Amino acid sequence: MSKPFHIVLFLVLLFVSLAAHPSPVLAQQATPSDDEVNAIARQLFCPVCENTPLDVCPTEACRQWRELIRQMLAEGRSEEEIIRYFVDNYGARVLAEPPRQGVNWIFYLVPPLAFLTGLFLLGRGFYDWRQKARQAAAQASPPSPAAADEYAARLEEELRKRR
Amino acid sequence: MTDHPPASPVSRRSVPLWAQILVWGFLLGLLVVLGIGLARVQRPVIAVGRAVPDFTLPLYEGYEYEGLRQVRLSDLRGRVVLVNFWASWCKPCESEAADLEAAWRLYQPTGQVVFLGVDYVDTPLEGLSYLVKFDITYPNGPDMGSRISAIFNREMGVPETYFIDRQGILRYIKIGPFASLAEIQAILDPLLER
Amino acid sequence: MLIYFGFGILVLSFLLALFASGAAAYGYFARAAAWVESSRRAMQLTFPLITLAVVSLVYLLVTGHYEVKYVYTVTSDSMPLYLKITALWGGQAGSLLFWSWLLSAFASAVTLRRWERDREFLPWVVVVTAVTLAFFLSLSVFFENPFDRWWLLPGGEAVGAMFQPAGSGAAFPPDGRGLNPLLRHPGMIIHPPMLYLGFVSFVIPYAFAMAALVTGRSDDRWIRITRRWTLVAWLFLSLGLVLGMRWAYDVLGWGGYWGWDPVENAALMPWLIGTPFLHTTIIQEKRGVFKQLNMALIILTYLMVIIGTFLTRSGVLSSVHAFAQSAIGPMFFAFIALTAILSFALLIRRWNDLKGEIILDRLLSREALFLLAAVVFLSVFFIVAYGVFSPLVYEIVTNQKITFGPPWYERATAPLLGLLMLLMGVAPLSAWGYSNARTLGRAIWKPALPTALVPLALAWLGIRNPIALTGFTLVGFVLFVTLYEYGRGVRGRMKANRETVFQALGRLFVRNRRRYGGYLIHVAMVVMAVGILGIELFQSETQRSLAIGDEIELGGYTLRYDSLARFPYTDGRLVTRAELSVYQDGRFLVTLAPRYDLYPDGQPMTIPGIYSTLADDLYVVLVNWENPLASQTPFKVYHNPLVNWLWIGSLIFIGGMILTAWPPKEREREG
Repeated sequence: MSKPFHIVLFLVLLFVSLAAHPSPVLAQQATPSDDEVNAIARQLFCPVCENTPLDVCPTEACRQWRELIRQMLAEGRSEEEIIRYFVDNYGARVLAEPPRQGVNWIFYLVPPLAFLTGLFLLGRGFYDWRQKARQAAAQASPPSPAAADEYAARLEEELRKRR
Repeated sequence: MTDHPPASPVSRRSVPLWAQILVWGFLLGLLVVLGIGLARVQRPVIAVGRAVPDFTLPLYEGYEYEGLRQVRLSDLRGRVVLVNFWASWCKPCESEAADLEAAWRLYQPTGQVVFLGVDYVDTPLEGLSYLVKFDITYPNGPDMGSRISAIFNREMGVPETYFIDRQGILRYIKIGPFASLAEIQAILDPLLER
Repeated sequence: MLIYFGFGILVLSFLLALFASGAAAYGYFARAAAWVESSRRAMQLTFPLITLAVVSLVYLLVTGHYEVKYVYTVTSDSMPLYLKITALWGGQAGSLLFWSWLLSAFASAVTLRRWERDREFLPWVVVVTAVTLAFFLSLSVFFENPFDRWWLLPGGEAVGAMFQPAGSGAAFPPDGRGLNPLLRHPGMIIHPPMLYLGFVSFVIPYAFAMAALVTGRSDDRWIRITRRWTLVAWLFLSLGLVLGMRWAYDVLGWGGYWGWDPVENAALMPWLIGTPFLHTTIIQEKRGVFKQLNMALIILTYLMVIIGTFLTRSGVLSSVHAFAQSAIGPMFFAFIALTAILSFALLIRRWNDLKGEIILDRLLSREALFLLAAVVFLSVFFIVAYGVFSPLVYEIVTNQKITFGPPWYERATAPLLGLLMLLMGVAPLSAWGYSNARTLGRAIWKPALPTALVPLALAWLGIRNPIALTGFTLVGFVLFVTLYEYGRGVRGRMKANRETVFQALGRLFVRNRRRYGGYLIHVAMVVMAVGILGIELFQSETQRSLAIGDEIELGGYTLRYDSLARFPYTDGRLVTRAELSVYQDGRFLVTLAPRYDLYPDGQPMTIPGIYSTLADDLYVVLVNWENPLASQTPFKVYHNPLVNWLWIGSLIFIGGMILTAWPPKEREREG
């Protein structure tokens, strides 16, 4: 008899203790739609299966988590609160990408830096080649036209003749 | 296609040292990561005979340990600890639930054994209904952030049960559900005699 | 009997591959041509031998010899014949044998060529391919033997082994467990073989590159010999990737085609290096530069092929696609380490010999733009590799898992992919060697004019998304540039040779197949980009529980839920099938039948109902995981604009590839 009450009591306590403001129970609303649930579930990954977003994960566990989201939405909790709840309970792996804090910033800074390094190396290469070409031009006879793509060259020629 | 004139003599500058160090460093790093990754897959995170790292399990309301809302493994030194990972969505867990509870009722009066149920990636509502449904009375709590399961097994598949002796050393690992109460007893009794 | 025959053949092939590598190496050092010739014959013999082993295994699969462990795990009586055959690559042991078979086919084929001018390559090509083959065969022989059979131990436990364990008896299970339902799809016939072909055929250019390094031939012979092999490898790899996308779209039921899953990424990584390799080798052929870069790229491509295979087969990366955990890990690891260290050591040793005189002083010359594109490609590769390895490193350091999902990859790679499209547009307009801002500007303004109309037209249509505007404008730019290039070529020919338009177009392709075929591939790429931009930026979805007769609206379509039926199918699965009528503006279009199949082993499969047009796809999923009842059936509907262009683009792509890679007639062949 007392067990269901027990559960309700626990949930109320849980939500009250987790809520930033103590009014969620009053902010009851109609049952949130599947779309509203999925909008949040899409941002989360299934904590037990590998690399499966929560909104399309077919396991029983995921169904329960979606119900939990629905419940929390009905309690009037915000998207950030729900996501934070999931991270606290199941770890950072439920997020679609690493949380942007502390050392994790290397996951966001390294990719653009890698590209910029590549560009820098390329730019330096060009600079060197230019210097070398200039020296060579200064020393040697006038440079012969580098006619490699004869086909293109011939085309250009013909096009010029037409004008 | 044209043929190129043979490359004119170029300076005999080899790969610069920094580039060599970079290449070999990268390669070594890659191999180390692959190697460690492989070693982790092949070996369990914690082996029998090793001390179990300390952890704290928050407990569900109504499933406290001696009135406390959380329990720390190191506080249980001197007693044999059974850590059972389960989840409400796990079908095989249901088949062992009654046996585990029966074992708990058998050993609880001795005060020598502590059962800890760790609810692995579960929702509190469903987890609590499960505990009610199978009339479980020993301490149970959620594995917040999957931190406890990470100590025991990288690829946790519930149910899994770990037996820790009085000195905090892991003594036995059971993967999958127990078949009977006798099976649990057969593992626990020798540990209690030590 | 056939079981022992098959295994015996495997062992024999393994020994033969070992002999071939040893004989070739000895023949090279001892300058003994007979030994080299012997190794070549041995290499050629492995192909018919492994073919026999494969045929034996297929026979066992088709005839339901469930006493063989592999047959038991991947087939069952109720599976159709084509799936029983394709089960050859449905599990770890079989697909490893399949790998070896393809490898021996390629290796034998390449040793059949005439070697007059490049005799010194032969021993080392044999060594590299034979060592690789011996390695893969050793995995089959020692760890993942597809011919292992079931034995019943006295304790009642069944074990798989080649030879009878003491005291055990032979076990004959009446039926098999059957193939993983996700793999029971017609795509299974073609997707894995394509991917494997792509992987395996990169061994050939790698082997020639190694041969060139060992023998110290620093010219571009190895590139000229393997050009077609590289193209073929690239074609198969690309096809494998595209087919994998289509399979995911048709079978996985999440409305998408690419999830940036680690295993998908593992197949993408070699492609991301192979593609710039394909381009920079053109420069080496034309201008004699980038020898070092090309060597590094082919080594990296090959390394990524084996590392990708390792990651998915050893259980190091867990993923929906991964094979079950396996004992082949340590052996594979050693092979990777050996390959990587030897290849790089060799490259560094020969670094000086590969030095070309680089005269790249024009920033806008075509080779400079190619080089820039290579840098962008390598950056994308780096990002993908970073995303694959970071969770691994993070977990080793912190013991916590972390996810790198689509948003991370998309944000990191999208700007670079845009830049690649821009380069795809500009590079064909610049000339080898001597382009500068003035010549390039003169070439660019004509295609740039119509391109400027693209964003205006889109804005007029009401599209305001800046990414969409940029993306589609770039697509338009590449298309106009390509058209302009074709037009220029055709007009030039018509004028010079007095040909008609069609003659000129035809001759254009015949005479400069690689160039104009390559442009067609560029067109294919941007057409695919249209589909990707459409689904990524404008996909919408909704989910609702419907009772029969209820309607749901999305993307201008109305769907009415008509009926639900549940029935067992012949192969034991339980099919739940819904029917919905699709209307647009009150007009009936089509009946869609999404369904989900529950297999006897409890695994569900969600098959979407798709209505496809050039403008969009309507993609309906019966959400099986929410316990559907006829009164309240949950449906998830996706509206995927333009996604069909992804598949149309891939068809153009195949056409362009075949055009480019088709062997030329003898008289066209260059000297």
